[in-house]
Amino acid sequence: MKIRVDPDRCQGHARCFGLAPELFEIDDYGLSTVVGDGRVPPELEERARLAIANCPEYAIDDCS
Amino acid sequence: MSSERERLMDTVVVVGAGLAGLRACEGLRQKGYSGRLVLVGDEVHDPYDRPPLSKQFLAGTVALEQVMLRSAEELGGLGLELRMGPEHRARRLDVAAGVVELEDGEELAFDGLVLATGSRARHLPGTEHLPGVFTLRSLDDAVSLKAVLESGARLLVVGAGFIGMEVAATARALGAAVTVVEPLEVPLGRVIGPLAGEALTRLHEAHGVRLLLGRGVASLEATPGGLRAELDDGTTLEADAVLVGIGAVPNVEWLDGSGLEIEESGVICDSTLEAAPGVVVAGDIARWPYVKSERVRLEHRTNAAEQGEHAAASLLGSREPFSTVPYVWSDQYDVKIQLLGIPRPTDDCEVLEGSFEEGSCLAVYGRQGSFTAAIGFHKARSLMRLRPLFLRGATFDEARTALG
Repeated sequence: MKIRVDPDRCQGHARCFGLAPELFEIDDYGLSTVVGDGRVPPELEERARLAIANCPEYAIDDCS
Repeated sequence: MSSERERLMDTVVVVGAGLAGLRACEGLRQKGYSGRLVLVGDEVHDPYDRPPLSKQFLAGTVALEQVMLRSAEELGGLGLELRMGPEHRARRLDVAAGVVELEDGEELAFDGLVLATGSRARHLPGTEHLPGVFTLRSLDDAVSLKAVLESGARLLVVGAGFIGMEVAATARALGAAVTVVEPLEVPLGRVIGPLAGEALTRLHEAHGVRLLLGRGVASLEATPGGLRAELDDGTTLEADAVLVGIGAVPNVEWLDGSGLEIEESGVICDSTLEAAPGVVVAGDIARWPYVKSERVRLEHRTNAAEQGEHAAASLLGSREPFSTVPYVWSDQYDVKIQLLGIPRPTDDCEVLEGSFEEGSCLAVYGRQGSFTAAIGFHKARSLMRLRPLFLRGATFDEARTALG
């Protein structure tokens, strides 16, 4: 699984970071980027899906 | 996953075509339900997103197409039978008979039912039909309000809640002259308490909003030049437009006599969001056991999304309890305000980072030793680091020292 954050959609809620801090980095405005190249280790896939489902802006997607 | 329940269901009816209803439909399909799925909504629009209506859409930075939650293709892919528009509004439910009756008389028999009828805007009594008086709940409301918000327009906002303060901020950005009238002493006082509320007073005053706090509107009438409001302290205000933002009324009246139990305008459901066998509830109208079995009803956007999906799973036989950390946000000027949990105005409130004076601040709320909520102004990262503490029921002391 591989994920990405659309920087145009992200509005800085940081919910992804709250749900899966291993997978997202957050700047001071709450704007999110994926850690590394966005590849998700198998044990974190459930959390990645949770982050995708809980983004209020639909800014995260599974691009694998 | 195919459950016993799923095999027994041929028709699921979802009443309410907002975010909760949409997510319920998507959840049902994702979890393998392939039977007849009827979506009932009382607006003609496809499901759309409400948060931008008072912000980017009103400001004109986001177009109508971008407010829609799904594309026509995505909706088509769900295989829905649509009943959209006022003539299809659900007007009666009989749980025992398994039938929903619509405004045009159609009777929809169901095996499974999702109730997600949301809320409507509360009006100032007697002003609903006055020209120039608006509420903001629906897309049509936003289109109407947008048309009158122009540079130099005099806008009176009644009620300093989320909608009122967001519209005030947007209207200022558009160059309107804005006055806000609110009976409480601070904006959002019932939600975030005095400390954070005072910070909002300063924020809006710094942007040129005139805040008339601690008083209410006694009368509102049309004049040849626009509208005139008289406040309960005798003050008279002239305005070109009035936005009434005094809360929302859950759409539950139609459930009278349905066999479901209604408490404080919410449909009582269990921890799985089930209100009766084969009947689940999601979003604004769901009243479910939150922390320590205290029942709450939330009008948050994220709650509608999460509960829609969860209710779908419960309808298909999952017994998983719904668990959430309540989250609501507001964008006012360039400040993102985020709130986790459910504070009460009387809770203790302690600042952990920054200060409300400088506009960047993180504070936590506590009640009788429990950690009840956290609020951030421009503090998304720190705020979300506190999220796990809610899930494990941390104490106020733990929350106060968590970021140390």
